Amino acid sequence: MNIHQISVFLENRTGQLAEITKLLAESNVDIRAISIAETADYGLARMIVDDSHKASTILLQHGDILSMTPVWAVEVPDRPGGLSELLAVLADAHVDVEYMYSLFAHKDDHAYMVMRISDEPKFISTLGDRQIKIMTKAELDLK
Amino acid sequence: MANYYQPEIETMPYEQLRQLQNERLLKQVQHVWDNVPYYRQKMEEKGVTPADIQSVDDLHKLPFLTKADLRDAYPYGLMGKPKSECVRIHSTSGTTGKRVMAFYTQHDIDLWEDCCARAIVAAGGTKEDVLHVSYGYGLFTGGMGLHGGGHKVGCLTLPMSSGNTDRQLQFMEDLGSTILCCTPSYAQYLAESIHERGLQDKIHLKAGIFGAEAWSEDMRRDIENRLGIKAYDIFGLTELSGPGVSFECEEQTGMHINEDHFIAEIIDPDTGEVLPLGSKGELVFTSLTKEAFPLLRYRTRDICMLSREKCSCGRTFVKMAKPMGRSDDMLIIRGVNVFPSQIETVLLQKGYPANYQIIVDRVNNTDTFEVMVEMNPELFSDSLAKITSAEKELVSALKAMLGISAKVKLVAPKSITRSEGKAVRVIDKRKI
Ligand SMILES: [Zn+2]
Repeated sequence: MNIHQISVFLENRTGQLAEITKLLAESNVDIRAISIAETADYGLARMIVDDSHKASTILLQHGDILSMTPVWAVEVPDRPGGLSELLAVLADAHVDVEYMYSLFAHKDDHAYMVMRISDEPKFISTLGDRQIKIMTKAELDLK
Repeated sequence: MANYYQPEIETMPYEQLRQLQNERLLKQVQHVWDNVPYYRQKMEEKGVTPADIQSVDDLHKLPFLTKADLRDAYPYGLMGKPKSECVRIHSTSGTTGKRVMAFYTQHDIDLWEDCCARAIVAAGGTKEDVLHVSYGYGLFTGGMGLHGGGHKVGCLTLPMSSGNTDRQLQFMEDLGSTILCCTPSYAQYLAESIHERGLQDKIHLKAGIFGAEAWSEDMRRDIENRLGIKAYDIFGLTELSGPGVSFECEEQTGMHINEDHFIAEIIDPDTGEVLPLGSKGELVFTSLTKEAFPLLRYRTRDICMLSREKCSCGRTFVKMAKPMGRSDDMLIIRGVNVFPSQIETVLLQKGYPANYQIIVDRVNNTDTFEVMVEMNPELFSDSLAKITSAEKELVSALKAMLGISAKVKLVAPKSITRSEGKAVRVIDKRKI
């Protein structure tokens, strides 16, 4: 099962990200993962939050431009080489990862990667074959 | 079926119209000669007297007036009536140099309001209509001009002025406004606000009369679609009275010039030579009936074309194309002429809002040219590559249209200040 990612347009202006995170904090929205992509002139922040519906409502009211994208959270052993093994599996199966970033969870021994994948059926079957776990919203305490 | 406010004049056969213009021109030249020493001196310098002007065919013999003359003669030097005979002034904003001050007798106001009434009726207005005037009131001619026209037609006229969007929408809803008069950028802003508040079903506009700003055909369609109205263009200059010098009919193929009050010429802006009908050049106006501020051969700096093709509305008045941009608005960037309206056209074609700002500067003797463009939610995605490729497409479309490269800067929606009057489209920081 996939999880929802919120992307927010960032213009090249100091403090915009601080403003957004403050707004979310004030409404008690917990940011579980965030990654910034940028060009010289603008950028976008990709986020996994505990309550994506609430977060998107707040940000839209604030006048931000958003997009919601399905992404995948994959369990990775939290030890040297953990990520490398996962990526090798995907590379062998020719599954392209468009982008990824790590997600914090309060669990031992495991890290999680958020991944945006173009060929999703192949991605799911590849991980299934190797018994690599895809996390559900519930398992990550996301609404 | 076409509607007219003064059918006998608006559909007057051309020969008869020409005769009327001849009579009025002779009288006007004599009036100026007798009462405006500034212009009389210009005529004398050119060796022309009123006797040399026997008909409109002799118009080219008269000297031009330019914005520089208006500055030199500021404030009273071009007045044709003593102050005691004048009842009002209007003025330009003066954002580009010294402000223009124009004077009116009661008779002038009366004729100006007739011109505005013609525009309102051409847009389908009758005494049953609620005319919502959101042009600025005050020194700016827009508000009071359309307001006076509304009274002449007998519309229920709402003197809203610009600003206070919530109140504008409340009045539109409660009073059932049917015709909106404002600048096209404000019309767009109101349309967006109506959609945001979900008021589409509660607003019953049928037409809009929009002017005082350059706007493109794409912007017209955008306003028409979003407000569910027919959008009519109107043209005017404070120097000549205000809005209503020319106006559009339902054909929307150019604005009919009120030729019983104004003669239009197209000249070569470099040589001053009069060009044949259909040529592109600078628009020049001669006021035939204005008493207090009777300008002869006033160079507008608008680049334009005239056409006398028969119009389906039945009006015989010559039509002017939408000015391709005031030469005041025209920017020369790296030696190339750039009109802001061209940029607007490209933005709308590529799916961006037409709310933009151009910033020109000069660094190391080279012009820098940046266009700030608001990001559109529909063009946003979680992929930077997609946004960048849409941006690249916009950059190349701008280059194709303008002939020079612009740097595009994507900014957050609604972050470009949208004044509730005239939009600030150009910031030129060059010190030349
Ligand atoms: Zn017509």
